[in-house]
Amino acid sequence: MAEIIANEGGGKKKGKRRAKKHSTHIDMTPMVDLACLLLTFFMLTTAFSKPKVMEIVLPEKKDNGPVNQIPAFRVINIILDENDRIFYYNRIADPTKPPIPTLVETDYSKDGIRKILLNRNKILFKEIESLNKSVTKGKVAISRDSLTRSIRELKKEDKVGPIVLIKATDKAKYKNMVDIIDEMAITNIARYAIVDLNPFEKKLLNRKKGISNKAAKP
Amino acid sequence: MAKLKLPVRTPRIDMTPMVDLFFLLLTFFMLTTTFRPQEAVQVDTPYSISEKISPERNVITLLVSKDDKVFFNIDNGKDSAKHIRKEVLENVGKQYKITFTPEQLDRFEKMASFGMPIVNMAAWISATDQKSRDEMQKGIPMDSTNNELAMWILFARKANPNAEATIKGDNLADFKTVKKVLDILQAAKINRFNLITNLQKVEVKLEN
Repeated sequence: MAEIIANEGGGKKKGKRRAKKHSTHIDMTPMVDLACLLLTFFMLTTAFSKPKVMEIVLPEKKDNGPVNQIPAFRVINIILDENDRIFYYNRIADPTKPPIPTLVETDYSKDGIRKILLNRNKILFKEIESLNKSVTKGKVAISRDSLTRSIRELKKEDKVGPIVLIKATDKAKYKNMVDIIDEMAITNIARYAIVDLNPFEKKLLNRKKGISNKAAKP
Repeated sequence: MAKLKLPVRTPRIDMTPMVDLFFLLLTFFMLTTTFRPQEAVQVDTPYSISEKISPERNVITLLVSKDDKVFFNIDNGKDSAKHIRKEVLENVGKQYKITFTPEQLDRFEKMASFGMPIVNMAAWISATDQKSRDEMQKGIPMDSTNNELAMWILFARKANPNAEATIKGDNLADFKTVKKVLDILQAAKINRFNLITNLQKVEVKLEN
């Protein structure tokens, strides 16, 4: 009924008429351009290193609770001051109980405070280091978790290592605090705390700084 | 002699393998990228040897800038259906008798860290351009008379009890400010903190 009869020309041509062969090539240049652009964008915006965190746990604040008595011979006090200055003294400074300790100035370098802390913490540091070594050399096969756990145990049982009291003046910077807590981690100090500077220590610090300032300008 | 006519050939290179590779890399980067919302301030964090990776979810972030302003941020947690940010803003607003419109709450949910008194909060959320928004970031008040930071922390903890406190301080921030922030956190019974740092390896040798 509705057929179209194409053969009108008298049927002289023989064979089928072929559709012209189109090449199937598509110009992909714009697509590739876009892909390149996006690739560059994503490559440049990707940040692979995730931020790291340092964990600190501060002791719970008790208002009227009993203050833990710590053996004075283990105590080492570190005072952080402005302009990246750092002082330390051993034992506890108490005006009623002489001898009054002397403050010594040091620095944040590896021959400064780190050497002092390392010397005080030799026993524990060696223990932890040998444990770490035996794991990395494959002598002891334990998982990372149990390694950190056993290090924590070692730190808990530590009875002779120093107890570090970190005190900072108001002018100290946050960097100083992080640096010194980092030193605690580097030297494997088992016990440390961030405490406030007491008035007597402020006096000692001012006296010490007065002396060193005088020495600086003769 | 007749000149020999060389057929002009276009130098076609098959680019298919290259394009394949491009797409592969593109897919890889697209899938691995996580977009971080822009922080309120640029903070240069100090270095440490810690290798612990900071958690991505369930964190309360306290930024301390180098001019000692404090900024606050909390994420929406693992379950975005809980709308933690919304809840926190609503509750803190209630404390100061400020109500936010649903649109403002919705907008706030998608925003990042902030630092301004709660009274300016609505203006900050509704601000249209980045510049006026940045100008409003004056730090969260945390004096003993008007301790808004403590409020934010309190309600953030209420809305998401699993949230960990993370402090992102600038190298040059004063210890005093950080200590104040720590004290406020401790007052809210948070004794475990994460300090965001950059990794720096240190070799230690014990001398005998």
